[in-house]
Amino acid sequence: MTDTASTAEQPEAPAPDPNAVQVTINGVAHTARKGQLVIEAAAEAGEYIPRFCYHERMAPVGKCRMCLVEADSGRGPAVTVSCMVQVAPDMKINTESPTVKRMQEGVLELLLANHPLDCPVCDKGGECPLQDQAFSHGPGESRFVEEKRHYEKPIPISELVFLDRERCILCDRCTRFASEVAGDPLIHFTSRGNNTQVNTFPDEPFASYFSGNTVQICPVGALTAKPYRFKARPWDLDQTESTCTSCAVGCRTVVQSSRDEVLRYQGVDNDAVNWGWLCDKGRFGFEATNSESRLQGPAIRSGDGFTSVGWNDALDQAATLIKAAVAAGGASAVGVIGGARGTNEDAYAWARLAHDVIGTPNVYAHLADALRSEILEMPRATINEAASATTIVLLAPDLKEELPVLYLRLRDAAEKKRSRIIEFTARKSGLSKYAWKSIVSRPGDEVEAVRQALTEPEIAAQIAKGDVVVVAGKANLAALGTLQTDAILKVLEAAPGAKVLPAYRRGNIVGAVQLGMNPGPGGNSTAKILADAAAGTVKCLVLLGVDLVSDFPDAQTVERALSSGVSIIAVDTFLSPTAQRANVVLAAAAAGEKNGTVTNIEGRVQTVAQKINVAGTSRPDWMIATELAARLGKDLGFTSVDSVTEAIAASVPAYADITPTALKSARDGLLAVPTPSASLQPSGQQAEPANGYDYRLIVSRELYDLGINNQMSPSLAGLARGLRLHMHPSDLERVGVADGASVRITTERGAKVVTVHGDAGLARWTVWMPFNQPGGSVNDLISASGLVADARIETV
Amino acid sequence: MSRLNAANLEIAREIMSRYPVVRSATIPLLHLSQEQNGYVTREAMQQIAELVESTAAEVYGTASFYEMFKFEPIGKYCVNICRSISCHLVGGDDLVEHAEHVLGIKPGGTTADGLFTLEAVECMAACTEGPTLQVNYRHRFRVTHQDFDQLIDDLRAGRLDAEIPPHGTLARERQHIPADKAAGNVSPDTPITPAWMEAAQ
Repeated sequence: MTDTASTAEQPEAPAPDPNAVQVTINGVAHTARKGQLVIEAAAEAGEYIPRFCYHERMAPVGKCRMCLVEADSGRGPAVTVSCMVQVAPDMKINTESPTVKRMQEGVLELLLANHPLDCPVCDKGGECPLQDQAFSHGPGESRFVEEKRHYEKPIPISELVFLDRERCILCDRCTRFASEVAGDPLIHFTSRGNNTQVNTFPDEPFASYFSGNTVQICPVGALTAKPYRFKARPWDLDQTESTCTSCAVGCRTVVQSSRDEVLRYQGVDNDAVNWGWLCDKGRFGFEATNSESRLQGPAIRSGDGFTSVGWNDALDQAATLIKAAVAAGGASAVGVIGGARGTNEDAYAWARLAHDVIGTPNVYAHLADALRSEILEMPRATINEAASATTIVLLAPDLKEELPVLYLRLRDAAEKKRSRIIEFTARKSGLSKYAWKSIVSRPGDEVEAVRQALTEPEIAAQIAKGDVVVVAGKANLAALGTLQTDAILKVLEAAPGAKVLPAYRRGNIVGAVQLGMNPGPGGNSTAKILADAAAGTVKCLVLLGVDLVSDFPDAQTVERALSSGVSIIAVDTFLSPTAQRANVVLAAAAAGEKNGTVTNIEGRVQTVAQKINVAGTSRPDWMIATELAARLGKDLGFTSVDSVTEAIAASVPAYADITPTALKSARDGLLAVPTPSASLQPSGQQAEPANGYDYRLIVSRELYDLGINNQMSPSLAGLARGLRLHMHPSDLERVGVADGASVRITTERGAKVVTVHGDAGLARWTVWMPFNQPGGSVNDLISASGLVADARIETV
Repeated sequence: MSRLNAANLEIAREIMSRYPVVRSATIPLLHLSQEQNGYVTREAMQQIAELVESTAAEVYGTASFYEMFKFEPIGKYCVNICRSISCHLVGGDDLVEHAEHVLGIKPGGTTADGLFTLEAVECMAACTEGPTLQVNYRHRFRVTHQDFDQLIDDLRAGRLDAEIPPHGTLARERQHIPADKAAGNVSPDTPITPAWMEAAQ
C-alpha cells in the first residue's frame, strides 16, 4: 500500500467495528472484543496472566485469585480479577506492576500454606501449573510455619480417579466440569471454611463417563488417574498428536508414551470436534494396545489350536483359501466384513482388494447396526453445525452411551440455549432431560410419532424456522432400521433444507463405507453374506477386526455361518471369540501403532499417528491387503501409507483434496463428504401390531461392554453394568414382579432368565436390554431381521 | 427407612410448590427431614435430591456447609455453650467444664441415654448476656452453674417440653401457603405468569 499525497481525497474510513473495544495492556494499545474477559484479551495481546481456576471452556468463577491485575477504567488503577471482568473502552490494564506482583506472591503463599510439598512423588510434578507458577510468580519463601492440613491420602472417588484432598487448592475446575460440562454433578464442595473439600456423596462414586477430564484439567496433583499413577514423569514422556478411534466422533488427542509403551491419552482442544474433552473409554482404552494378550504375529489353524507361522506362510495360506473359494463358487463366494476399526488407508486397501482383485461385491463394514447407506449421501451436517442448529432432531441411539463427546456438544447447545432438541425415542436417553421435546413411542410407531408431532403447531413452527439438523442412527439392534429411516425421511420431508449427522459408532465406520467397504452392485449386507455362508454359497470370509460372535445382533446366523465349513481369515489385534474359529489369523497393528487418516461422522478426515512399535510382527491392515493382493496376482501399487492416502485422493472424488501435504497444514482436518444425492424413498412399510401378550423389544449398547478392546483394558473391563431387563413400572405391576426380581424373556429365537428393573423412561409395552454385557448375551435372542422384535415376559 | 414419611412428603411437596426453581427448596427440605429424624440421614438426602432434581452430592455439599445440619444421630437436646471472648470473660469456659462434669461427656459427645449432645461453639450474638447457651437453638442468658443444673433437671423431667421441642424442630407453627398463592415451579426463564399473579392482575 502506498500513501496518497492528497489528504483531501482520503477514502472513507471503514465503519468502526461495533464490537471493537480499545484497551491498553502494559502500555501497548490493543483492540479487544466487546464482552471479552480481560484475561482473554491479555492472552491475545501476548500477555499470559497466571491462573488456576479459569478454563476457556467453562464459565469463570474467580475462585483462585491468581489472575489479579490492575485495571484502570478512568478512576485510577484498581486490583481486579481478570477472569471475571470484561474489557471496557479505554481500560488500562497492567499485568506486571509491583502491586500485581505483590498480590500474586501473596496468593501463591496462601495457596501453598496447606499444599503438601510432595512434588517429588506427585504425578503432576513437572507439568503442574501450581509448581510452574510458584516458580514464576511465587515469593520463594513462606511465612507459614504451622502444621499443614491433613487428610487421608488419596481416596478413590470413582473406579478410575483418585483424589488427594491435601493437594487440592479448591479451584472448582473439576466440580464445575462435572456439573457444567458433563452434567454429572456427582462431586461437590463439602463442609466449610478450612474444612472445605471436594468429595462425592458417601458411597456414591463419581461414576461419570467423562471423569478422566477432571484429571487433565486439575491444576495440581489432587486428581490422578488410576491407569497412569506412578507410571512416568512428564519429562520421560514423548508425545504425538493423533485422533481417538474408540468411536466415530474423532476426538483429537495426544498419545504419550515412554519406553515404547503408550501411557496416557490427553484431549486436545480443537473447535471443530471435542473442545479438549474425551470420554473415559477413549482416554483409557489405550491399555488394550499394551495388552499382553495381543496377537504377536500370524498363525494358522492346526487341529484345535493355532501354530505361529511367518508372514509369508500365513499370507500364502490366506491366498490359497481365497483362490479355492473363487474356484469353487466364483468371486462372490468371498465375503469381506468389517474395516471400521482401521484407518482410511486400511479400508481403502481392503476395498480395492475385495472389489478389484477378488471381484466380490460381498463387502460390508456395518454389522447390522446402521441405517441404509444412502444416509451418508444426504446433505451432511458438521458437529459444529449440529451444535449450533436452531433445531436438533434426534432419531438415534443414546448418544451418551455411543458417541459420548457428541453428547457433550449437543448438551452444551441445549444448555446454552443455542438449540432446541426434539427427540424421538423408545427409551429416555442421556439427552432427554435437555431436550425441548422428548417424544417416547413404542418401536413400530416411530413414523406415526413423527407424523403426529409435526401436526402440533408448536413443533411445526419450530421446524419451520429452518436450520434443522437430524442426528440419524439405528436405535434398536433387535430390528431392522427401516422404520427409523422412514421416520427420518418424514422429518426431512417437513424440513427440506435439513442436514443429517449420522450417529454411527465404530471408529472409522464412515471412512470405511465412503472408501469402498460397502457392497457393489449385486452385493449384499453383512446379514445376507452370513446367511449365504451358512447356505454354502459364500465359502470364504475375510473378517477385518470384527468379532461376529459377540458383536453381531444375530448369534444364530453367525453360528450357522461359522460352523458351515466356510474358511475364515481373521485380521485382528486379539484372538477374539470369532478369530478363534479362523483358519488363518493375521496380526494387525492397533491404534497408536500406525499412521494414516480416519474419517469421523461428519466426514472430517484427521490423522492418526504411530507412537510406539507394533506388537510382535503385527502389520497395518493396508500392508496386509497389499501383500495379499500381490499373492492373488495384482499389485495394488501401495508402498507407504502416504501412497495409499494419495491413491485415495486420486480416485475417490470426496477425498480429492485430502493429500498428505494438505493434511499437514490443516489444523482441524479436512472434510470429505460425498456430493449429496438424495435418492432414498420411504419404505412405507408398517409393523404388524403386537399381539396382546407381547412386549416390543429394544436392544441397545452401553458405553462399557464386552467389546474386545474394552475387556483388554484392565481399568475399563470391570465397568460394564451387566445384563438386565428394563420395563415400565406399570408393566412390572402387570406382570406381577417386583423391581430386582427375575423374569423369563422368550423371543422367536430362545428364552432367558434375567433380572428385571422398573424404568419410567420406557414406553408402555416395551422392554429394553443392553447388548454384549457380562452375565449373558442378548444376540442369541434376536435376529435383527424384522421391522420390530417382540418378546414375551413371564414370571419364573 | 429414614426417608420422609407420607405426611412429611406432603409437606415437602407444598414447600416445593413455593419456589419458581424447585432446587431452591433444598434447605427447607433438609430442615424438614432433620425435624423428622433428629438428624439428616443419607436416605433423606438422596430423596431430597430426587425431589429437587439434583444429585445427592449436591444436596450433601449444600447441607454440609451449615453447622445446624447434623449427619449423625444426635441427642434430643443439643446444648451449645458459647466459648467466644465475651462469654469467656464471664465464665463461659467454666460453664463448659461444669457441663462436661454434669453430663459426663466432652463437647461433641452425646449422653448414653441419647438425651443430650454438648457442643462448645462460637459467638451466639448475645455478648451482653454471657455466659450464654442454647438448647436446640433456644437461648438461655447469664447462665450460672445452678441455672445449668436446673435446666438439665427440667429437661430430663420434661418440664420444658412446651418451650423446647426435640432437636430438628425449628418451630411448631408451620407456615402454610394456600395452593392458589403458591408461585408454582415456573422458571424465571419462561414467560409464564404464575397462576396467583394472574388472578391478582
